[in-house]
Amino acid sequence: MADVPLDRVAETATTEVEDLSLHHPHSWLTRYVFSQDAKTISIQYTVTALVIGFIALFLSWLMRLQLGFPGTFAFIDAAAYYQLITMHGMMMIVYVLTAVLLGGFGNYLIPLMVGARDMVFPYANMLSYWFYLLAVVILLASFFAPGGPTGAGWTLYPPQAILSGTPGQESGIILMLVSLIVFIAGFTMGGLNYVVTVLQGRTRGMTLMRMPLTVWGIFTASVMALLAFPALFVASVMMLFDKLFGTSFFMPSLIELGTRLDYGGGSPILFQHLFWFFGHPEVYIVALPAFGIVSDLIATHARRNIFGYRMMVWAILAIGALSFVVWAHHMYVSGMNPWFGFFFATTTLIIAVPTAIKVYNWILTLWRGDIHLTVPMLFALGFIVTFVNGGLSGLFLGNVVVDVPLSDTMFVVAHFHMVMGIAPVLVIFGAIYHWYPKVTGRMMNEALGKLHFWITFLGTYAIFFPMHYLGLLGVPRRYHEMGEASFFPASAQMLNAYITVLALIVGAAQLLFLFNLIWSIRHGREAGGNPWRATSLEWQTPETPPPHGNWGKEQPAVYRWAYDYNVPGVAQDFIPQNMPPEAVPLGARPASGGMS
Amino acid sequence: MYVALALFIIAIGSVVFHLLSPWWWTPIASNWSYIDHTITITFWITGLVFVAVVLFMAWCVWRYRHRPQQAEVLYEPENKRLEWWLTVGTAIGVAAMLAPGLYVWRQFITVPPDADEVEIVAQQWQWSYRLPGPDGRLGATAIRHISDDNPLGLDPDDPRGADDIMVQGGELHLPIGRPVKAVLRSLDVLHDFYVPEFRAKMDLIPGMVTYFWLTPTRTGTFEVLCAEMCGVGHAFMRGFVVVAEESDYRAWLEQQQPARPTAQRTVPVMAER
Repeated sequence: MADVPLDRVAETATTEVEDLSLHHPHSWLTRYVFSQDAKTISIQYTVTALVIGFIALFLSWLMRLQLGFPGTFAFIDAAAYYQLITMHGMMMIVYVLTAVLLGGFGNYLIPLMVGARDMVFPYANMLSYWFYLLAVVILLASFFAPGGPTGAGWTLYPPQAILSGTPGQESGIILMLVSLIVFIAGFTMGGLNYVVTVLQGRTRGMTLMRMPLTVWGIFTASVMALLAFPALFVASVMMLFDKLFGTSFFMPSLIELGTRLDYGGGSPILFQHLFWFFGHPEVYIVALPAFGIVSDLIATHARRNIFGYRMMVWAILAIGALSFVVWAHHMYVSGMNPWFGFFFATTTLIIAVPTAIKVYNWILTLWRGDIHLTVPMLFALGFIVTFVNGGLSGLFLGNVVVDVPLSDTMFVVAHFHMVMGIAPVLVIFGAIYHWYPKVTGRMMNEALGKLHFWITFLGTYAIFFPMHYLGLLGVPRRYHEMGEASFFPASAQMLNAYITVLALIVGAAQLLFLFNLIWSIRHGREAGGNPWRATSLEWQTPETPPPHGNWGKEQPAVYRWAYDYNVPGVAQDFIPQNMPPEAVPLGARPASGGMS
Repeated sequence: MYVALALFIIAIGSVVFHLLSPWWWTPIASNWSYIDHTITITFWITGLVFVAVVLFMAWCVWRYRHRPQQAEVLYEPENKRLEWWLTVGTAIGVAAMLAPGLYVWRQFITVPPDADEVEIVAQQWQWSYRLPGPDGRLGATAIRHISDDNPLGLDPDDPRGADDIMVQGGELHLPIGRPVKAVLRSLDVLHDFYVPEFRAKMDLIPGMVTYFWLTPTRTGTFEVLCAEMCGVGHAFMRGFVVVAEESDYRAWLEQQQPARPTAQRTVPVMAER
């Protein structure tokens, strides 16, 4: 894999440019606010999403207080509880995870990692962020709208989402649907950028099979998002029509609290198919960038080539393709034709194979490596444990008949928080600790980072692992209080209280991260250009943080893949992707790898 | 060192928690013990994989942690043989879970021909039931027929519905040992009929009829919970199923009134049309 097809590099003319032709921003406003620099847009995306993330975290505190100590907090009644879970879920999945992993990391890392100067459509890229911000404002506005935000659950299933038995049906549901429509319009502009930049903007020598897995993950997820989000877009438009103009796309003839409504002939299941045709790929839209990033964190901090790179790339593509034919595994007990169960259970369990390959390759990268237990590495290890746990419980829920007793119980809540809540969040933290020095020029505090890691990793595991057993017991999800049932032992409510206390602690520990993030901008240790001694291009920029245009006069040329760590016979333990073969220092290496 | 220890404790601790957990499924009261068996198989396979992966990680983190006198790092981009073995092994494990799962699913969706029918109707936020009466057939229904006198929307023209027995706001009674097909209907939003002891559950959907079947295997009174979010009253949408011996069931059935005494049948029907 480390072979260098030199002919290919030599053929291409260098791309030296006059400084003026880069269209540098001329005013404070175009530099920091209406910026077309992907790196600035990335920071805008990330900061906005972090704000939403902290709001969503606060909402989860309130809902956990109600579940752990039902009746103690008078202001959290059933309606408020449903509004809390709905907004928490939708915020985290769409407005935090998707926004950070694609809008945040995608914008920062794609151009730098493929050696481009910027995204190929900078203006559309800027619009993408402002659409996202508008979507966020519309979403938050629903907290102040009459009737409050929608409490339909993040799945927004009709008919109840637009009927009066559900909180927020006055205006909250309308704002939610409009916000999603705006978000998707904005994402499409960003997503096209990510895809076209990877396909067309790579520098000399950066073949597809030399790209870091981070880029592969974000690229594949962007393609998937461009195919999956339209399903949510049309579903949102159709439900909006049902709500505002009395159409019946999803509305059969029905009774609303004793009164017969004018709807008739629509299908609630149609919405579920559309929603999950988006919703399942969405899981992998969040997961694939995390897979890619974690591969790079592990390789860099274990000082070892990622094991089975080509298999990793094919696994990403296989998961991406398969994820479009598994959606109805969310619908085994929805009343759809039960024969679908055979097909969707089979496809769902097949997807476990490429996913397992990725896990094996991560741990085989650790094997016989030189593992530096830095903060990013700790988060990567925490991710593997959490993801494997959540992935394995997915084999229960994907296997149709096993899902029947478990679906709609707390088992499902525990499963998806492990696999697509905590796991990607751990990667996001690890990635921020990892790339922060490139973005700011300074390191984040390591001791605070480790403290943050241990509380977050152990705390979330101790929250969500026992939660599965509430589901096995038969506690349904989306109950604002567990209530009494003959088969709930008293200890089940104790478990709920314990989970709440832990959730408060883990949530509060995120302030450590926030403090570290802000404090280190000025007070962190100077990082230099490549503090982790990493190979990929973003660490080889002439200046740190990289200025507009990234590379100064000349874009880098690439001679090898991104994983040349500890190559035998080379005098240092890494070879940057842009180091020409003749410059590689040969000879014996000092025993200690340099970095502590 | 302590990282490896933490990983080790997570692997072992999770198994210990699983074995000692007081929170486990309720004793079964239907024929679906097959489902419990498939869950058990899945626990075994996934548990082994989880412990193996985390322990291997713990060992790697301990054995290959950074030290001043570092052993040679292995530069090995690929190992086709190992990768294929792992892929094939995983495929076998997946098949070992999928095959019994699909086998039981086939049983789950195949209703025995001799099953009794009972209709379960949901609306915000209560359960109603309808039994077919002496003719063994349920009458047709439609939302447009619903009125204060006809809360479940029976078609007044359908003679099969005349002897149907309605249970509103009460308990569903089932005889033990006889397969029953539950036909599910919702009048407003999505609901889900969930009795943890039966293991089976299914959504109720306005505008269509869904079903599941089971054979009760244990007498007793079991709680019904709504398991599909249906608005603010969701957590309070409870009910009871009473599984009784055949004779007790008969005694209960005797006391129920048919939906529509025959004399009442004709006149209001035409008016409504």
